[in-house]
Amino acid sequence: MLGNEAFARGAYEAGVKVVSSYPGTPSTEVTETMAKYKDVHTEWAPNEKCGVEVAIGASVGGVRSLSTMKHVGLNVAADPFFTAAYTGVTGGAVILVADDNGCHSSQNEQDSRYYGKSAGVPVLEPADASECKDFMKKAYDLSEKYDTVVLMRSNTRISHSRGIVTIGEREEKEIIPYEKDVQKRVAMPAMARKLHVAQEERLKQIEADADKLGFNREEMNSTEIGIITSGICYQYVKEALPEASVLKMGMTNPLPKKMIEDFAAKVEKLYVIEEGDPFFEEQIRALGINLAGGKDMFTIQGEYSANMIKAAFGRPVPEHTAIEDAPGRPPLLCAGCPHRGLFHVLNKLNKTVMGDIGCYTLSALPPMAAIDSCLCMGASITMAHGFEMATGNCKDVVAVLGDSTFFHSGMTGLVNMFYNGSKGTVIILDNRITGMTGHQQNPASGKNAMGEEAPAIDIKALCQAIGIKNVVEVDPLDIEAVEKAVKEETAREELSVIITKRPCVMIVKQTGSPCEIGPDCKNCKQCMKIGCPAIEIRDGKPFIIKDSCIGCGLCSQVCKFDVIKTCRKEAN
Amino acid sequence: MKAKKNILIVGVGGQGTLLASVLLGNLALSRGFDVKLSEVHGMSQRGGSVVTHVKIDEDGVSSPLIEKGDADVIIAFEKLEAYRWLPYLREGGTMYVNTQSIVPMPVILGQAAYPEDIEGVLEKNAASLKSFDAHKIAEECGSVKAVNVVLLGAASNSMPFTDEEWYKVIEENVKPKFVELNKKAFKLGKEV
Repeated sequence: MLGNEAFARGAYEAGVKVVSSYPGTPSTEVTETMAKYKDVHTEWAPNEKCGVEVAIGASVGGVRSLSTMKHVGLNVAADPFFTAAYTGVTGGAVILVADDNGCHSSQNEQDSRYYGKSAGVPVLEPADASECKDFMKKAYDLSEKYDTVVLMRSNTRISHSRGIVTIGEREEKEIIPYEKDVQKRVAMPAMARKLHVAQEERLKQIEADADKLGFNREEMNSTEIGIITSGICYQYVKEALPEASVLKMGMTNPLPKKMIEDFAAKVEKLYVIEEGDPFFEEQIRALGINLAGGKDMFTIQGEYSANMIKAAFGRPVPEHTAIEDAPGRPPLLCAGCPHRGLFHVLNKLNKTVMGDIGCYTLSALPPMAAIDSCLCMGASITMAHGFEMATGNCKDVVAVLGDSTFFHSGMTGLVNMFYNGSKGTVIILDNRITGMTGHQQNPASGKNAMGEEAPAIDIKALCQAIGIKNVVEVDPLDIEAVEKAVKEETAREELSVIITKRPCVMIVKQTGSPCEIGPDCKNCKQCMKIGCPAIEIRDGKPFIIKDSCIGCGLCSQVCKFDVIKTCRKEAN
Repeated sequence: MKAKKNILIVGVGGQGTLLASVLLGNLALSRGFDVKLSEVHGMSQRGGSVVTHVKIDEDGVSSPLIEKGDADVIIAFEKLEAYRWLPYLREGGTMYVNTQSIVPMPVILGQAAYPEDIEGVLEKNAASLKSFDAHKIAEECGSVKAVNVVLLGAASNSMPFTDEEWYKVIEENVKPKFVELNKKAFKLGKEV
């Protein structure tokens, strides 16, 4: 079972009834798996803040609930998260956050454990798929016993590794009847001050009980080397230093100080090995415990490995061939991706493009190289606005973001633009799905997380309802229409929204026959500039790979000599 | 054969490497071995370089990752990917390579050079190398998508499982209408 599937199984067995999340690699499959359990209400929320609030509301409603997200998602959800740490729970509530050490699919490598410490909630770190399930199940008992939200911290290697998991029965939980409790749930200043004290007290209690909760474990071997570690690093340590004694921390906030002191007293040399920031290393040093090594031996950036640990401890690592000249293979927009048409035009018109988070971020890479910035969800709109306010230039800069990102954090930015007098242009790529994370439904999809019919929000009507007069829709694979729209709307001295409408090519299969380059090809290589993976150079000339081409016809539109045959389907 | 194998499955996003690893993982699991698989989802799936680690051990697996010099078997779905991941092969290891070549964008754009003589380097550094056109065999079986099972068939020669066990795991994990096609792909792969 995949780590993420195991998390979901644990939540299911714990009797969880409500799940609300926003997708984000590497967390997505937890909620996707929950959606398959018919006796759970599982939904994709427009963003992580909504997701966490729904989960807290469900807890108040008396059921066990879950919200999952990637590390940067917790930034978005930080507001409810911090105060929910005060108000506690009724039904157990777990927030799962998956970090991405090594930036496999993310814009940063932040260490989410600090959120747990800062908010004052317990942080659990499982070390394999089997623990993902067990910890998740136990997290709900912990949550209810101590009246606290629990932060479950995963990362790419935990979430996306498969291991053996023993499954159990679902524990059906009765709904806890609602009772009004203003002192507990209304975090106004007078109450919040008391709630903060209560939150501190329960964390102290959890720390006092840490050795009985079953998350931390001492594995004594040779006392020459002792290692304190957690999560995936535990596996690397076991492989690299099988003879060492290990204090495996499953709960890394609050730290089990007594266990750490006892362990430190038993070993000759004590080391801390943790990926990411020196989260518990600094706390352990602050206890006055002498460490023989920690971050001085390892990096903060990136992932660890067994060989890295072996090397740091002077152990032999396997010999291997060295290959240094393998050209990179960066990911690309799919063949037939509707986004490609728009970026081709933006490139041609030499626009400065404030980009956003989604598949389309890949257009920043050559040969398109059409994007100027990527900061966080929704920042395209607000950054374009800031740029315009700074320079007065509303004609050469555009904001580009996808439908899912627009619902996530773009709408508020658009309201800001309209309210504060922008004359800029926002382009929303409406492909009816959340693409990059593996095609999850969103408010524009017409389906919900459980695959049922749902209202599809009309983005055009939404923009018009804000009061924006210029809202146009175009087919992104019709280059002429896109170019006309971009030219007209950027020239206009008023705020405009262009919506490019065409479903993701991975969702709505195109049946157009593959394009073909005719014998009159002048080899100008114009078609290579759109970065389509279905076009390669064969015998010195562009060649369309039939197995890959879905017949979108974009190459035929950019061909100056009209030698590419196509049969493009209309947008639907 | 000792039931401890580190198998690295490498290719280009979209080639079906993940299904191959799941078949292999499930098979090892059904035999009662400890198995860990590690894969990367998300961004790299869009035509990027992809890798799945499969670790099988009777005595238990700790780290889910295979490291440089540590793979008993590398199954490469594409030639350049075989070359890229060659450092992961252990001394005495075996490599199964689909000779299909998918040229990456930096090479197409002339920003990077395609390495010369990949076959020669593989030949020189892999103790055992089986290079063949798995794409063509899959095509003959009726679908290029079966390339993963053709390669598994070939690699099955380095693994402690019987044909019957392989067929069973194919039946359990592949849609019924594609079972025969995949069994044929496996058989032809094995005979290469």
